[in-house]
Amino acid sequence: MSNTSIDILLVEDNPGDVRLTMEALHDANVPNTLHVVNNGVEALAFLRREGQYKGELIPELILLDLNLPRKSGAEVLAEIKADDKLRRIPVVVLTTSQAEQDVVRSYNLYANAYVVKPVELEQFISVVKSIENFWLEVVRLPPEEKQ
Amino acid sequence: MTRISKPIEILLVEDNPGDVRLTREALYDARVNNSLHVVNDGVEAMAFLHREGQYADAINPELILLDLNLPKKSGVEVLAEIKADEILRRIPVVVLTTSHAEQDIVRSYNLHANAYVVKPVDLEQFITVIKSIEGFWLEVVRLPLDDKQ
Repeated sequence: MSNTSIDILLVEDNPGDVRLTMEALHDANVPNTLHVVNNGVEALAFLRREGQYKGELIPELILLDLNLPRKSGAEVLAEIKADDKLRRIPVVVLTTSQAEQDVVRSYNLYANAYVVKPVELEQFISVVKSIENFWLEVVRLPPEEKQ
Repeated sequence: MTRISKPIEILLVEDNPGDVRLTREALYDARVNNSLHVVNDGVEAMAFLHREGQYADAINPELILLDLNLPKKSGVEVLAEIKADEILRRIPVVVLTTSHAEQDIVRSYNLHANAYVVKPVDLEQFITVIKSIEGFWLEVVRLPLDDKQ
């Protein structure tokens, strides 16, 4: 694994969840940089480096809420996983939804993992730390597509 | 989140007996009740998943641990077949391989592997990695339920 920081894109419209995720990842064993966008349209603009995101890096991991303004998480997921340049990037769905149809649809759209956000604060941080432990410390993440 | 009555069914596709044994031992101690099924090559893996022949009564696994370097049919072919199958593609597939090759990593993710994990050569580290897979996939992740057939 490279010794540079791992770039993570968090797609989340809830400011409280953004803050908690940021805090949990700040203490991570692996250096990482968290980029945050608040809706589905911004997420795809970031990933395609459009408009204000022209100079941005392609993230190595995406944390995706399902319930998002402007474009839903399921739509964002479908577009990422249908894109030859983006589909290699692991997408962890991080949502409050426990609905079986959301779970199945996400996996069928090739979500890499589906994680339910706990309502309780300590548990929320513990879940983010577990995502960090597995995805940043154990998994081999794909290298960026050569331009 | 522990499920006492119904264990989580895991399919391990691995031809190396040492790795099978270590994986079994690491998962045996897991906090989450699980049941490990083992097949040793890619053809057997697909037979198990399609419940063919001796696997007519096999249970649909909720998680698959897949080696890439397999006899008869490669792990890459197995992965591609699972992820192109309407019923099977929802099952998370964690690639577990000795290969560090960038082309194997990219190809696996492009074929919709859910995660790519390199097997450590060192025994203690191997067990740590299996426990970490267990910690994330059995304790944190919401796995899809078995498709009602």
